[in-house]
Amino acid sequence: MNSIQKNRLKDQLFKIWGIVCTLIGLVLLIIFIGDIFIDGISRIDWEFITDLPSRKAEKSGIYTALMGSIWILILTTIISFPIGVAAGVYLEEYSKKNRLSALLEINISNLAGVPSIIYGLLGLELFARIMNLGASVLTGSLTLSLLILPIIIVATREAIKSVPNSIRDASFALGASKWQTIWHQILPASGGGILTGVILALSRAVGETAPLIVIGALAYVPFAPSTPMDEFSVLPIQIFNWISRPQHGFIENAAAAIIILLLITFVMNGIAVYFRNRWQKKWK
Amino acid sequence: MEKIKEKKEVKNIVDNNQSKSLQKIDIKNVKVWYDDFNAIKGIDMNIKPNSVTAFIGPSGCGKSTFLRLFNRMNDYVDGFKMEGKIKIDGKNIYKKKVNVEELRKEIGMVFQKPNPFPKSIFENVAYGLKIQGIKDKKFIEARVEKALKQADLWDEVKDNLKKSALALSGGQQQRLCIARTLAVEPSIILMDEPTSALDPISTAKIEDLIFELKEKYTIIIVTHNMQQASRISDYTAFFYLGELIEYNKTKTIFTNPEKKQTENYITGRFG
Repeated sequence: MNSIQKNRLKDQLFKIWGIVCTLIGLVLLIIFIGDIFIDGISRIDWEFITDLPSRKAEKSGIYTALMGSIWILILTTIISFPIGVAAGVYLEEYSKKNRLSALLEINISNLAGVPSIIYGLLGLELFARIMNLGASVLTGSLTLSLLILPIIIVATREAIKSVPNSIRDASFALGASKWQTIWHQILPASGGGILTGVILALSRAVGETAPLIVIGALAYVPFAPSTPMDEFSVLPIQIFNWISRPQHGFIENAAAAIIILLLITFVMNGIAVYFRNRWQKKWK
Repeated sequence: MEKIKEKKEVKNIVDNNQSKSLQKIDIKNVKVWYDDFNAIKGIDMNIKPNSVTAFIGPSGCGKSTFLRLFNRMNDYVDGFKMEGKIKIDGKNIYKKKVNVEELRKEIGMVFQKPNPFPKSIFENVAYGLKIQGIKDKKFIEARVEKALKQADLWDEVKDNLKKSALALSGGQQQRLCIARTLAVEPSIILMDEPTSALDPISTAKIEDLIFELKEKYTIIIVTHNMQQASRISDYTAFFYLGELIEYNKTKTIFTNPEKKQTENYITGRFG
């Protein structure tokens, strides 16, 4: 075998290895989803979505948990979106490139890697106890906002960075102020990227369990929240709750709730992908 | 009051025969640093109104840096430091009190690569007016049409003003950028190698345009193209390593330069 043949063989081997690696993740996901579907699909009907939780598996529904998740989603968006985007804009457009900003940058990147349960402990101490908000939807949303802020900030900065400098130059040269340039040119041009980041961060927030358990959302809540100060449950906690029961009926319930949760995150990711594609087209 | 003023301006668009540009630029002992790098080493120069002045010189000679001093575009560069005076119409533009935004309405700029905003053709030209807070639709429409006509683009785009500016060809985009600059009615236009990214036909169109525009505007153009400088400019300045080597009527520079360095550069022996 000469060296060219050897290199070709290596090339082929690597290609096969790559395909195998790609398939491992995909196949496992398909098996997992398939298994869940077999367990849970027969359980999903309108009653399942509108029923309150109950001691009897066949009478239980996800209404309170679903409403809790929706409340959390909306409040978390309201809190984290303006703060995260404003911080990203500041860091990218206003802050001088010095040691302090470098320190801030490193810290924000590090925060994105802090385990979520630590945020739960912070939320418990700061929001539930010191600010006396209890195990409320507001506490949960504030805690999850802290958790996803670094993700939103990083995504905003990346999106703003990808706006070519020539656009800034053009705007400034026409007499626009910095704020006008950001508002009329940079934010519209980077909007798709920012939205993608925000939606992905929110879909992470919807799936979070640990920090919410820590702030006290594991308690049994028979009603859907009607104000931000109400106690609440969310889908992942409901799933966790059901899986820990011994009766088989609850396993089916958990599988059905997982399907609903997956559906929500898939739809959100789908929207994110849509925005990203539309945004990329704009620049081509 | 506001209404009356606007009406007056509308009238101005209709008969804007009188030239607005009478401003000359005086440069006194200007030095520029980027951190420790001395990019411009003390330049004195006068730029005459209603003429085209070309800046030539090899890459890195400081001519673009020098050009960007006139509308203070270097202000955003990290480590930028400047000494000396640049007076436009007698006023030093680097004084603390100067409103940079106002200054840039007076001094437009066209860049090397066409850089239209990712918006419609109309929005591109109207942007400079809208950020000034002008809301009168008729006024804006009239200005946009006038600017596009001045930039010789109107006939090509008048039927799809709502189309994205990014769908235009490179040459059209650059004329759109010129129209966008003209819409704000500056008196001085800075051009930083405006044709270096364009094909010969588009380049010829822009050169014709510059020739027409000099009746009303003072134009300063940076170019790497010797023929271009000799074709379109009235005055030419040759820069080398951050210094102004020679500055004279274009004819003199190209036929009978005083300095050996200038001659060598123009004839292509170095640079």
